[in-house]
Amino acid sequence: MPSLAGLFFWMDIKLENIKRLNVSKPLKLDCGKTISDFPLAYETYGKLNENKDNAILVFHALTGDQFVTGTNPITKKEGWWVTAVGPGKAIDTNKYFVICANVIGGCMGSFGPRDVNPNNKKPYGLDFPVITIKDMVRAQESLLEHLGIRKLLCATGGSMGGMQLLQFCATFPDKAFSAVPIACSSSHSAQNIALNELARQAIMADPLWDNGQYVLKNVQPKNGLAVARMVGHISYLSEKGMQEKFGRKLQEKADYEFSFDADFQVESYLRHQGYAFVERFDANSVLYITRAMDYFDLSKQFKGGLVEAFKNQKTKFLIISFSSDWLYTTKDNKDIVIALNASGADVSYSEIITDKGHDSFLLDEPEFLKTLKGFIDSMYEKFKNEKRI
Amino acid sequence: MKKEFKVIADLLPKNIRVLDVGCGDGSLMNLLKKEKNIEVRGLELNQDNVQECIRKGLPVIQGNAETELHQFPDQSFDFVILSQTLQAFYEPEKVLQDLIRIGKSVIVSIPNFGYWKVRTKLLFFGVMPVTKTLPNTWYNTPNLHMCTIKDLFNFCDEKNINIKKVVGVNENKTSLIRKNNLEIKNLFSKVGIFLIG
Repeated sequence: MPSLAGLFFWMDIKLENIKRLNVSKPLKLDCGKTISDFPLAYETYGKLNENKDNAILVFHALTGDQFVTGTNPITKKEGWWVTAVGPGKAIDTNKYFVICANVIGGCMGSFGPRDVNPNNKKPYGLDFPVITIKDMVRAQESLLEHLGIRKLLCATGGSMGGMQLLQFCATFPDKAFSAVPIACSSSHSAQNIALNELARQAIMADPLWDNGQYVLKNVQPKNGLAVARMVGHISYLSEKGMQEKFGRKLQEKADYEFSFDADFQVESYLRHQGYAFVERFDANSVLYITRAMDYFDLSKQFKGGLVEAFKNQKTKFLIISFSSDWLYTTKDNKDIVIALNASGADVSYSEIITDKGHDSFLLDEPEFLKTLKGFIDSMYEKFKNEKRI
Repeated sequence: MKKEFKVIADLLPKNIRVLDVGCGDGSLMNLLKKEKNIEVRGLELNQDNVQECIRKGLPVIQGNAETELHQFPDQSFDFVILSQTLQAFYEPEKVLQDLIRIGKSVIVSIPNFGYWKVRTKLLFFGVMPVTKTLPNTWYNTPNLHMCTIKDLFNFCDEKNINIKKVVGVNENKTSLIRKNNLEIKNLFSKVGIFLIG
């Protein structure tokens, strides 16, 4: 296992708080390189029951990590999906066993660009292999094996988590009894790629980035990374949502200051989000993960396109989109539904009407959470019955 | 349980694939699944109804039949069902042609505007009929294209749509409708159920 020296330079990391699996099985990546003996960090919530039929795998989004709910032991903040997962929540951890792994390429303990390259004893930086969504998903299969789970009750994820899930279902058609891809797409659009490129260029334009070698100097290209995060945040909100939340309101001042300080609340919000992010995320990880998203095109992997990708699916799907999401639109999500329908799969679809944009899946959206809960609970009853037969 | 659903269930063989267009809260889908082991799919516009179907474990797609039937491949279902919504579409003919494209057979039911109580409301009182099957008033009704059993009969003839069976429903009574009893059944049926395609 690569050394962890310098892995979390920006905080006093306590590794005992991170569960890590050493994946010894070699994994041939899409780029052609093979990795083996790499760490995969994960967290679990709730208890796996005797029949092992209550396991739910959650895939996290671009800037997420394995700490889905409760308190993140590293950042000391709430888990990123505390609205949906936890005791008594839509995904009830009193009832279900919830698993989430940090994606490879990430920076919360899984194999990533901050890890030390055994060949030269330096952090990989840009020598880290370019990974894909498929690589991320295949790495996580080992975790299910390790936990002794042959078939998941459900797998779910929003945004990039949804993409991982679509890939997971296409690659392993019988590993999940049901699946809930949320606010995602089966391939990145030109606009999606453009926004990611904006984020990457912001990082690369920061002189501290230093061609990805910043780790050696124990610095982080904070300014570039913060701008990258701001770009993301704009794309996660809808125009209307943003207008309602901020409008032209000024930040703790009566009038313009005729300067370039954050006069407007929306500026202050973006700056806060941007600079909070650099405390917990690695710049090179953003490059690698956004690249993986851009390369994602599920239909390209199968002759005959998306319909072929879902052929022979036994998994029962529920696709959810949000009306004001312009990053992964209702149309993007419906295209997945159409493909699933055309391949004869068991698919449900719901569009949640909201002004809150792409971010909706992380928020307390009652209609969304009710739908999610209704689906998972009904699937659990079916899965139990099926197993009994 | 609505008598109409019972009639529809009786028209269907076991172990087939059925699409229920405008499936509401999934009552018919549930019945077909339980009694006939039918593989059901629903299409429904209303959010609460969609949630209810999902809660019951019934696969449902939220969407508008008027604009979203194109997503279903040709002949991908053994039967497609449209229960009492044909009259609410902007272009019922287009929807009907789409149903025939998707299903090997199609079941369409309509509230019958030719029912005698409906006719007398208009004839003797001079007002738009409000009945149990047509509960809305003229200004808030979703029904844009009301028709009678005879109208739909003639329509199918005109468009060369093959009518396999027509059942008239009045409360708990059902009766077969043929060309030779069409006039009288059109007067005494509240709902008409057409098996076509």
